Amino acid sequence: MSTLTPAAPQSTPPGPTALNTGRTPRRGKSRMDPTRNNTAAGIAAWLLALLFAVPVLWMILTSFHSETDAATNPPSIAANLTLDAYREFFGETSGVSPWPSLINSATASILSTVLVLLLAFPAAYALSIRPVKKWTDVMFFFLSTKMMPVVAAILPLYLFARTVGALDNIWFLILMYTSMNLPIAVWMMRSFLAEVPEEMLEAAQIDGANLLLILRKVIAPVAMPGIAATALICFIFSWNELLLARVLTGVVAGTAPVFLTGFVSGQGLFLAQVCAAAVVISLPVLFAGFAAQDKLVQGLSLGAVK
Amino acid sequence: MTTATARISRPGHHAAKPSRDAKSRERALAWARRAPLLPALVFLILVTQLPFVVTLIISFMNWNSLSPDKTAFAGLENYATVLTDPDLRLAIFTTILLTVSVVLISLLIGLGLALLLDKKFIGRGLVRTLLIAPFLVVPVAAALIWKHALLNPTYGLINGILTWVWSLFGSAAAPQLDLLSQAPMMAVILSLVWQWTPFMMLILLAGLQSRPMDTVEAAQMDGATPWAIFRHLTLPHLRQYLELGGLLGAIYIVQNFDAVFTLTAGGLGTANLPYAIYQTFYFANEYGLASAAGVVVVIGTIIVATFALRTVFSLFKKEAAR
Repeated sequence: MSTLTPAAPQSTPPGPTALNTGRTPRRGKSRMDPTRNNTAAGIAAWLLALLFAVPVLWMILTSFHSETDAATNPPSIAANLTLDAYREFFGETSGVSPWPSLINSATASILSTVLVLLLAFPAAYALSIRPVKKWTDVMFFFLSTKMMPVVAAILPLYLFARTVGALDNIWFLILMYTSMNLPIAVWMMRSFLAEVPEEMLEAAQIDGANLLLILRKVIAPVAMPGIAATALICFIFSWNELLLARVLTGVVAGTAPVFLTGFVSGQGLFLAQVCAAAVVISLPVLFAGFAAQDKLVQGLSLGAVK
Repeated sequence: MTTATARISRPGHHAAKPSRDAKSRERALAWARRAPLLPALVFLILVTQLPFVVTLIISFMNWNSLSPDKTAFAGLENYATVLTDPDLRLAIFTTILLTVSVVLISLLIGLGLALLLDKKFIGRGLVRTLLIAPFLVVPVAAALIWKHALLNPTYGLINGILTWVWSLFGSAAAPQLDLLSQAPMMAVILSLVWQWTPFMMLILLAGLQSRPMDTVEAAQMDGATPWAIFRHLTLPHLRQYLELGGLLGAIYIVQNFDAVFTLTAGGLGTANLPYAIYQTFYFANEYGLASAAGVVVVIGTIIVATFALRTVFSLFKKEAAR
């Protein structure tokens, strides 16, 4: 890939560098000749960013086109905008509404996130603020469960759900999503709770503050943004999930991704509708993702990278 | 599957006093510390470890739910089938090819993007936001967009652009691609690289920004070329982050189901193991065989995961040491 080259054109021959060493060395400015190099890098970055964003932008644009304008070659970029595709997606002519599946997705994602937080917060507390012995072993046990592929456990889960009559039941899915996100949440939250300064905790304890007060006044102010980001990331993972939902739900408890996979089959012109559907179902994730942007890396890397 | 070999104990372990009273008090204290941990731990063991044990047991059984009367102990038969059945063997190969190519390509592009974003330029924040967008499209939706809006041979955007560019030069015979039927594996790889590059970029960018600048400055003063700085200072520093991105990416992409399911429905040699397992138990009802294939995936993942855990651990130790 040619993406690596833009980093190279920096070959500022010893010109400015030599000049600088001649004088008293100046510290602070990290990069010599900032204007020229950075313009090149900036243009390259902008071009690549647009290239990566084209599918998303095209999805949004096409969702506002009519079906006939959406399916042209070459593409009709300047075609008239319309909300028809959205009306169709919400079942104007077919009568099939995506709302039940969207509500199922929201229920499963929100409730599983709440459960994850309720289980992960005390665990993270016992791994950072008042750590148990061998707390790192416990951490790595949590992580290793995340590394086990879902397919390796899905059959027994499916059989269990079938036996106890929990197939197509949103609560069973909620429990699955809770277990799916719990290890990530424990890791993330531990890294956020570890940022609470030890001196503050000790001082509060010496002053005789009880646990609730410490949680509210000392821990919450430092850890709250991180906990919020943890919640958003768990929400995203649950919202996106397809395999478990596909196997464990059906008519009643089907989530939005399941609806989406069934929705495409055998229609005529439907490109604008597919795009509208993709926009609608991605909106919550886009919002959650941008809201968590600052902590996204820390979350995705399980707290290993800040 | 605890691969953890890590042991750092926090300073301040109290030396146990010999008195019996103190001992029991200490034990009570230890349990008080453990208590908040237990709900999460017990829940996870029940929901993830227990089912895997069941999978392990089923994998040694001859069990097809359509002919339940033939259910019996099968020994290693299912494993022999997994490794000899041409479809499942192909699925193993496909999984490896898919994972390795997506991880390597997205790491390389992610590295390039991270190096660019490490510099200051106008609108850097916006560029970063635009670049994260692919990661924030629901995977099923992304796969549908790639299949219908971008790669479709008659009205997809890619062929549309080809037609448009060729028509600019007065040609009506623009080349038209049909990746989905002619190179379906490439279509899957392309869409996954698009989704995973932002992930790699974010991790590598965080790595770049944590690099100590004074050594770079010193090297610049000494007249080191940018390439030399990149080769001898930046790259060694980034090594851990490259490993982390690659291994975490591998763990997620090995498990990929959405893209294969949506883009090609596993056709034309694109069925990876998760998809093949789904097919084997959900449609073919071969429970024993599906379980054996699941165990094979776990063994493969353990191998990767051992390295992943080691990398996460070394970064983790650094952070914990601060």
